[in-house]
Amino acid sequence: MTFRHYDGGGQATKSIGRTAIVVTAGKTDRKDWVDEIAAIRDRQDQAAFAALFRHFAPRVKAFLMKSGARPDMAEECTQDVMATIWRKAALFDPTRASVSTWIFTIARNRQIDMIRKERRPEPEELTWGPEAEPDQDDALGLAQDTERLGQALAALPEKQRKLIERAFYGDLSHSEIAAETGLPLGTIKSRIRLALERLRHTMK
Amino acid sequence: MNKIRHHLTDSLLMSYSAGTLPEGFSLVVATHVSMCDDCRARMTEFDAVGGELMMQSGDADLSDDSLAATLALIAAGDSSDLGATKTKPRAKGVFPTPLQDYVGGDAEAVKWRRVGGGVRQMILKTGKGSSVRLLYIPGGAAVPDHGHRGTELTLVLQGAFKDDTDRFDVGDIEIATEDLEHTPVAEEGQACICLAATDAPLRFNSLVPRIAQPFLRI
Repeated sequence: MTFRHYDGGGQATKSIGRTAIVVTAGKTDRKDWVDEIAAIRDRQDQAAFAALFRHFAPRVKAFLMKSGARPDMAEECTQDVMATIWRKAALFDPTRASVSTWIFTIARNRQIDMIRKERRPEPEELTWGPEAEPDQDDALGLAQDTERLGQALAALPEKQRKLIERAFYGDLSHSEIAAETGLPLGTIKSRIRLALERLRHTMK
Repeated sequence: MNKIRHHLTDSLLMSYSAGTLPEGFSLVVATHVSMCDDCRARMTEFDAVGGELMMQSGDADLSDDSLAATLALIAAGDSSDLGATKTKPRAKGVFPTPLQDYVGGDAEAVKWRRVGGGVRQMILKTGKGSSVRLLYIPGGAAVPDHGHRGTELTLVLQGAFKDDTDRFDVGDIEIATEDLEHTPVAEEGQACICLAATDAPLRFNSLVPRIAQPFLRI
């Protein structure tokens, strides 16, 4: 699997094997890290946490720095994000978000809190329907959808890719995004099929 | 609940996922998403884009004791930061949970102030870059005719209003940009309660509201 990475100068470079890969039954799948989160939740497994840390912490810190955080602040925030993952492992639900999406939302929220010193209003949680047990197929489908989304992002022409980065690193305001016609929203949208029909939403 | 017809734009949802919206806009987005499964699903897509982008952001060098320091943080068990992403229970009442957090309760907890014409408002305290308030418009009453310098988001929480563009019912969001000058009028009957946020001061077209503007703080 090939992922596109950016060096400090903003040049696109391709590198192979930077993202952990597991090979199962002749099929290459990106490691989804769901088992590590479960091990942290069930057994406070420090080895699982260390593996998760080695994989995610450098990426969280890189993301925070590209979003404008100074290195020392990004380091402090990254440690806080990783500690939050440990504490909130029981709240992770693989049918609602992949591990990478979940960690991103934690990093984003800690960044707003610690670096921007603002509150982050979050939507209220939905409760599950009658069949409350998270469905394995839903979790697998979501992980695969997210992986395909990542591949689509990596394969974007650099110009389009750059626009998405600028939106997420905070270089574009919402009105600038609205005015931007080159955003490849068609490419990245509707790749995540959330099992929303299983969510019970009874607000009047 | 009625079918929501007016939704968030991709640019607002994307900026919300990125965490780059001013706080007042984030509050309107979080409140709408609490009411609208369609926008929730779209928000989830943008969260996933953020996650994948983070995974492709390259690797930064960590400090040498990074893992040890994190384990120490965990061992210290400081859970004071858990509020930021904690699972929120379902709100009961008119206001979804994120809004109740800012008001300090549901509709009956709002500290309304009169602003003329039977219209009342409560300004909610948020960070810089936007201002957000609750508006109470009696049935049949109008919000003074106004244009915008920036963007104004108006989310209906109770009742309904109409303006030159369309009708807005509970859960609907109107996104007004600079070129829209409109006069929202609450429908007859139940008072209309809206959550409204701007990223620039409003601009009233008649003299009296313009004089009153500094006092209304809108």
